[in-house]
Amino acid sequence: MPAALEIKHLSKTYDNGHKALSDVSLSVKQGDFFALLGPNGAGKSTTLGIVSSLLNKSEGEVRVFGHDLDTELVKAKTCLGVVPQEVNFNQFEKVQDILITQAGYYGIKASEAWPTVQIYLKELGLWDKREQPARMLSGGMKRRLMIARALVHKPKLLILDEPTAGVDIELRRSMWRFLRNINEAGTTIILTTHYLEEAEELCRNIAIIDRGTILENTSMKALLSKLHKQTFVMETIPVLQTIPEIAGFDVSLDAGGQLEVDMQGTQTMSAFFNAITDHKFQVASVRTKSNRLEELFLSLVSSGQDLNSEEKVL
Amino acid sequence: MTARQIWIAFSTIVVKEIRRFMRIWPQTLLPPAITMALYFVIFGNLIGSRIGEMDGYDYMDFIVPGLIMMSVITNSYSNVVSSFFSLKFQKNIEEILVSPVPNWVVLLGYVTGGVVRGLAVGFIVTLLSLGFTDLQIHNVAITASVVMLTAVVFALGGFINAVFARSFDDISIVPTFVLTPLTYLGGVFYSISLLPEFWQGVSQINPILYMVNAFRYGILGVSDISIMNAFLMVAVSIAILFSVSLHLLNSGKGIRN
Repeated sequence: MPAALEIKHLSKTYDNGHKALSDVSLSVKQGDFFALLGPNGAGKSTTLGIVSSLLNKSEGEVRVFGHDLDTELVKAKTCLGVVPQEVNFNQFEKVQDILITQAGYYGIKASEAWPTVQIYLKELGLWDKREQPARMLSGGMKRRLMIARALVHKPKLLILDEPTAGVDIELRRSMWRFLRNINEAGTTIILTTHYLEEAEELCRNIAIIDRGTILENTSMKALLSKLHKQTFVMETIPVLQTIPEIAGFDVSLDAGGQLEVDMQGTQTMSAFFNAITDHKFQVASVRTKSNRLEELFLSLVSSGQDLNSEEKVL
Repeated sequence: MTARQIWIAFSTIVVKEIRRFMRIWPQTLLPPAITMALYFVIFGNLIGSRIGEMDGYDYMDFIVPGLIMMSVITNSYSNVVSSFFSLKFQKNIEEILVSPVPNWVVLLGYVTGGVVRGLAVGFIVTLLSLGFTDLQIHNVAITASVVMLTAVVFALGGFINAVFARSFDDISIVPTFVLTPLTYLGGVFYSISLLPEFWQGVSQINPILYMVNAFRYGILGVSDISIMNAFLMVAVSIAILFSVSLHLLNSGKGIRN
């Protein structure tokens, strides 16, 4: 069974000489929910742009469900649905016309596309807006319209480039449910996002890219297991004025007087609570300082080092 | 893609293009109608009555074919250049680039959109001209084929302009500094037989002269140039411009970089 996406030794140098990708290789299994993460300018959009035929590659090989972009472009494109980072539909067109036109580009007649269009307009909460020009939609609705447009020809691989950017949390969660359902129904999904919580929540496998190079390409579970340190923030009663000395633990106080505890992978919460029994404060609440994936991500992209290398920083 | 799918993709682009220029008809269909009506009134009626005859025809009768052709040229060009450049500018082009529509179908779709607008405006101007002259068509086949092929030539020209354009200024440079002068000097308002011999020779390197004269021949039966040469020139122009346009699309010039 071919991979949903197979990228081998992909490089891209722009006309201005900027090298955006350098020997990128990765593979996404069929049915996967895959995250491609990286800081701004890391090469995520360039990679996805090449896969989507929006950009020419300089070197390398890209296969979509076994179809080589160089030799079987039409077949490869038929398998793909793309949700770009920026709104790119004609804002003067009606919502339903945008979807029907897109289906037409895939050789699907308007009458044949209409049932699918209806389904996605309803599922994504756009049905009532179908007769309106797209410019009348809110930011969140525009994002959903782009998702509907990418699905209208029933692609096997859906590429989402920051689909929930600028979307409120309630809507984001409803989009997560929608995407999970699509994935469970068999569509492979590749996601880039700045919300690392989103990637952790949705994706089973992950690649981290920085400065045009893949730093990690593994399962989410395996990546998170590499987290060697986590910081917990504790609200204490009374609020502490000075940093307490707690044997075996690195602690500090934040600006609000909350206690921050750096716990190594080998340390347990029970050991910490045992260590503070003689102190004159109580812990009212505990939360992690940041998302687990966020900590890993920041460590990786700031060091530019492989997690498995000798100089790992976690 | 199968032939049926390609036809659906092609008609999708054409319908979208027609819907676009119909939606903004006050910008696309109305201005040429007003401009040409003014030409008919001022040059045809007011000034034309004092000019007398040109090549054996009333001045109004003489300029009508040229003015119809001028509106076809301008509109087929400007439809494609503005539509395709807007497509690039607003990134709508990504909708097409990610889809499996072959490049030649994209090109044909946009060119057809330009041709339809050129012919629509030409038809409106023709209807307007009936208020000023009794238009008789000498040869329907030549008239129809010349106007159609000319619209194709300039739709392709507009496409190439749009590919290279980087700003809205770039899409008005060619119409303003190339198309308009060539059209005015292309025998719309006069017969080149009025010019000194040297300038007659210079005029013959102007492709629009051939199109205007071939069209005038179709309507009036008179022309300053050979009709065969006109068809040959138009056919060669289409072949060259189509090849260049397709090459630009295939290479992704100004689109995929």
